[in-house]
Amino acid sequence: MVMVFATAILLLLFGGFLAVVLCARSGVSQVAGQVGAISGSALGLVSAIRVLLTGKAEGMSSVWHMPGGSLHFQIDVLSAFFLLPVFGLSILAALYGRSYLADRKGGYALAGSWFHLNMLTVGMALVIAAHDGLLFLLAWEIMALSPFFLVAFDDQKAEVRKAAWIYLSATHLGTAFLLIFFVLLGRLAGTSDFDGYAAALRDNPALSSTMFLLALIGFGSKAGIVPTHVWLPEAHPAAPSHASALMSGAMIKVGIYGVVRTLTFLGAPEPWWGWLLIAIGASSGVLGVLFALAQHDLKRLLAYHSVENIGIILLGIGIGVLGLAEGIRPLAVIGFAAGLLHVLNHSIFKGLLFLGAGAVQRAAHGVELEELGGLLKRMPWTGATFLIGATAIVGLPPLNGFVSEFLLFYASFFAVVQPAVNIAVAGLIVLVVMGLIGGLAAACFAKAFGVVFLGSPRSPEAGEAREVARPMCAAMAILALLCVVFGLAAPTVVSALDRVVAAATGLTIGAARDQLTAVTGPLTIAISVFAVCIVIAASVWAVRSRRLALAAVRTAQVWGCGYPKPTPKMQYTASSFVQPLTTQFHLFVRNREVLVPPEGYFPASASYSSESSDPFLRGLFAPVFRWFDYLSHLEIFQHGLVHGYVLYLVITLVALLIWGSVW
Amino acid sequence: MSGFVSPVCALIFAPLLVGIINRTKAVVAGRRGPPLVQPYWDVAKYLQRGVVYGEVTSWLFRLGPVVNLASLAAALLIVPFGGLGAPLNFSGDLIVLAGLLALGRFATVLAALDTGSSFEGMGASREVHFAALAEPTLFLALATLARVTGSFSLTPIYQGFTATVWVHALPAVVLVAMTLLILELVENNRIPVDDPTTHLELTMIHEVMVLDHSGPELAFIHYAAALRLWILGSLLVGLVVPFRSGSFWLEGTAMLLGMAVLAVAIGAIESTMARYQLIRVPQFILGAATLSAVAFIIILV
Amino acid sequence: MLPFLGIIQALGLLTSFALLGTRSKGAGPQWLAFQGLLCGLVPIIMHADGLTTQVVLLAIGNIVLKGIVFPWVLLRLRARAPYHREVVPFIGIVGSTLFGIPVLALSVWLALRMTPALKHAPFVMLVLSIFLIFVGLFLIVTRRKALMQVIGYLVLENGIFVFSAIAISGTLLLVELGVLLDAFVAVFVMGIAILHINSEFGFMDVDQLTALRG
Repeated sequence: MVMVFATAILLLLFGGFLAVVLCARSGVSQVAGQVGAISGSALGLVSAIRVLLTGKAEGMSSVWHMPGGSLHFQIDVLSAFFLLPVFGLSILAALYGRSYLADRKGGYALAGSWFHLNMLTVGMALVIAAHDGLLFLLAWEIMALSPFFLVAFDDQKAEVRKAAWIYLSATHLGTAFLLIFFVLLGRLAGTSDFDGYAAALRDNPALSSTMFLLALIGFGSKAGIVPTHVWLPEAHPAAPSHASALMSGAMIKVGIYGVVRTLTFLGAPEPWWGWLLIAIGASSGVLGVLFALAQHDLKRLLAYHSVENIGIILLGIGIGVLGLAEGIRPLAVIGFAAGLLHVLNHSIFKGLLFLGAGAVQRAAHGVELEELGGLLKRMPWTGATFLIGATAIVGLPPLNGFVSEFLLFYASFFAVVQPAVNIAVAGLIVLVVMGLIGGLAAACFAKAFGVVFLGSPRSPEAGEAREVARPMCAAMAILALLCVVFGLAAPTVVSALDRVVAAATGLTIGAARDQLTAVTGPLTIAISVFAVCIVIAASVWAVRSRRLALAAVRTAQVWGCGYPKPTPKMQYTASSFVQPLTTQFHLFVRNREVLVPPEGYFPASASYSSESSDPFLRGLFAPVFRWFDYLSHLEIFQHGLVHGYVLYLVITLVALLIWGSVW
Repeated sequence: MSGFVSPVCALIFAPLLVGIINRTKAVVAGRRGPPLVQPYWDVAKYLQRGVVYGEVTSWLFRLGPVVNLASLAAALLIVPFGGLGAPLNFSGDLIVLAGLLALGRFATVLAALDTGSSFEGMGASREVHFAALAEPTLFLALATLARVTGSFSLTPIYQGFTATVWVHALPAVVLVAMTLLILELVENNRIPVDDPTTHLELTMIHEVMVLDHSGPELAFIHYAAALRLWILGSLLVGLVVPFRSGSFWLEGTAMLLGMAVLAVAIGAIESTMARYQLIRVPQFILGAATLSAVAFIIILV
Repeated sequence: MLPFLGIIQALGLLTSFALLGTRSKGAGPQWLAFQGLLCGLVPIIMHADGLTTQVVLLAIGNIVLKGIVFPWVLLRLRARAPYHREVVPFIGIVGSTLFGIPVLALSVWLALRMTPALKHAPFVMLVLSIFLIFVGLFLIVTRRKALMQVIGYLVLENGIFVFSAIAISGTLLLVELGVLLDAFVAVFVMGIAILHINSEFGFMDVDQLTALRG
């Protein structure tokens, strides 16, 4: 029954092509793209869920053989799990997208955006389903290229073009490592099929370690680990919001899928792999949230939070790998469960938050925080769903973010009470890092939500904002509902992870289930505590309502230290809200500040502006790119003469022939 | 049903802690001070009053104090009272405790930002700043206790501190207790971190955040603040009072006395110390974290 | 015996962290005095079952010198010094405190490695002595003011003293006297030097002494 999956892919492709073919009639073309995306993704979702429920892998091997590889697809439990965010978010992005793009002109660009959105989904689905190295790389390239066109949607703006190029360079830097990785693996195994890889590396720890490092760099750059995260904060603000939601919610998870899949090839892990993953996770998590704090563009802020959440996911996988390497089974199972569940959870709330940011952008014509404010009253649906997303991403109970962080904390505390010193230290490090990330994320989202949705509008555009169209609200409401459901149904969700965790760790399903039961018990009680909390809140609210029914309720101006005419500009701004924290961590967060102080007794003008720039982009990548500029001297070879180009071909051909006959 | 002693005690006696602190400060300053039960009268009085809302506030402003109170009250279900266990205990309940404390704070901060007033923005900013540093510190302290007792559920941890374990791990216990004392001061915005009595907006943290709340919502806030004081305080006192006799009355009395002594101690600290410069507070919290880290390393092997 | 040593270890570590994290005037010598007192108690606790006059004398001598005399000298120096605090150390106090935690972990690890060779040495004291040596060196390297450097030197000496008190059983007095003499000379030479540098040049920043190069 792999035909369902194949049909899903075909529907997505068909919708995309139809959109392009019909681009002269913008309305029809968009409907075609949307219908293709929704129907295809829904079918894909069905096929993934069925694999998850039955636990049986579904494969399809084509008779047609590519040179060097085969068309071998297989959806096992691990693939099916990672297909959930891909197809799920694709449906909602398509639902949201048409209303989001409703006021855009230009049939060709719009049709292109639908085509590339569907291609992105197809690419991700094929990467996850591929069971052959070469096929994987081909699908990877589809997945890597379509976002370039999505990012370059507004290509008349210079900074959008720059963002697209940064994305393209970063993603190919990672692809280069993956190319080496798969070529080496293929040579070792003598086949490009995934089934052959595991056998090739079984008894060779040194080689396994090399492969692990290659995969970590290659997949990590797609996932957005520090320091290869630089493309995220550039690409996400430029892309349309529903594309950002898909990229941040699903595409970077494909990088995580790559890491987890690679781990299943490599045999028994070394302890230092776990330590390395923890170190990368910790630095991505802390630096991601610190950079996010300093942003005052809502989408950039969300992009940096993706870096943070990838860090959290890697912390979970790192703890799990450490548990596998040291033979501590509960640690392995719960660590992996935490990481994998956070993959799913992050795609839900980050998708929601990006869609919310898009709604703000449409309604208030911008996502610059210092221009917004007071939107909760003007956009009640967007505001309420964004609040749920923010609460979830901070990891507060009783929403889904808390559940995966609970698992991670649980695994860390479990590590802390182990007799082995190194395990205890690893657990403590994860605990402290997670505590710090949690606190900083709370600060960051208090800022983001507070400045955008609370207080009063800081610009006329924000003051005139109105709630966005129904389909957009529906997409956000579905995701918000999922946040709540995945939070309150946590024990069910966690115990349903047994097959996925077993596939990722290589343990038996029974073993995984046994360890997960140890967590679902506490989780059930925790949920009941939250239920009590909700009941108490409801009754306190009832007390308040009854009291207020009897007493006087009036509105007045808030206390302004005696100043009677405050303007919205006097509100605390996003920058001032986080200034103490950014100053505290100035070692990592460097703000460029431009201050024009007031002068004289009657100052006419004064201004202050700060801009946060990514130290990694400035310090690490800019020098590399400058070096690449030297390579532009090679332009003399690109002279435009066709004869010359044919000459290159001949030279290459002859060289290859000689090389081939000598060896 | 001895498990329900802890939340019932907390619900009844929490405001008394505030009363004792205020009385201690008054006595040290040579005044007679308000009666010990004054905080109860305050809460009752605010409940009767009407409400004034800021013009720009939304439903979040009204919901904030309610969520804060509810999350702290729910947290009482998992906080043990010394050797007397909590009504619920399960592995990882300390994570739930941290989550509920954070939820309460998040709600308060958002309610403060809802006023659109720069004073409350300022208070909220400071609150999230110090909370971000206090959270890992709390986890460090709890991890140390977990390692000493080999359990990561609050009730077994506190019941695990029998006299022998206590004496054996005394250095670590002292260090963690100091951390918890500092956290009690930081999380409850007491001197030397914040001055709960001043009304100079520029120097306040918690008080300025709740400046525009009134009526029943202010009552909720005051009561919730007392509960927060109680929760962190009982973590500290439970560690310092090593009575694990199994006798319900003895342990309960010792703990109540311990809480009273803690309140007097906080009052004494408030009377003798000055507020730190805001810039020094992060260093103060870092010091607390260092104490627990040292304790963890000591008991590591 | 062990609980006492455990408490001494904890307090000793605390004083070290206090020295790493202090910047107020006068706090340095006071913490040092407390640390000297604690270290002086170590040989008495170690030999509690068979106290000899030698041990008692050594302990008293140590407490008097390092708990009272040296800190007093340093306090006097400080009273005359023109500066009030360690203005800008090469590594800030937050950095220093954070630096202390991995170093403490390193000390534990080293102590674990040494335990087989030093069977009779209590583990907690071994950790403390190694940590004190590291902290002393760290203070000497990173602090600008000569006063804090002398304190670093004395912390280092405390570490060596604790180590000799727990590790060397027979020749305790000999080793310790030698080291103590060094410390004694050092404090007074440094003290006199500081005073003279101060009265001559009007500063006590050690890094400014590079100006004296020929």
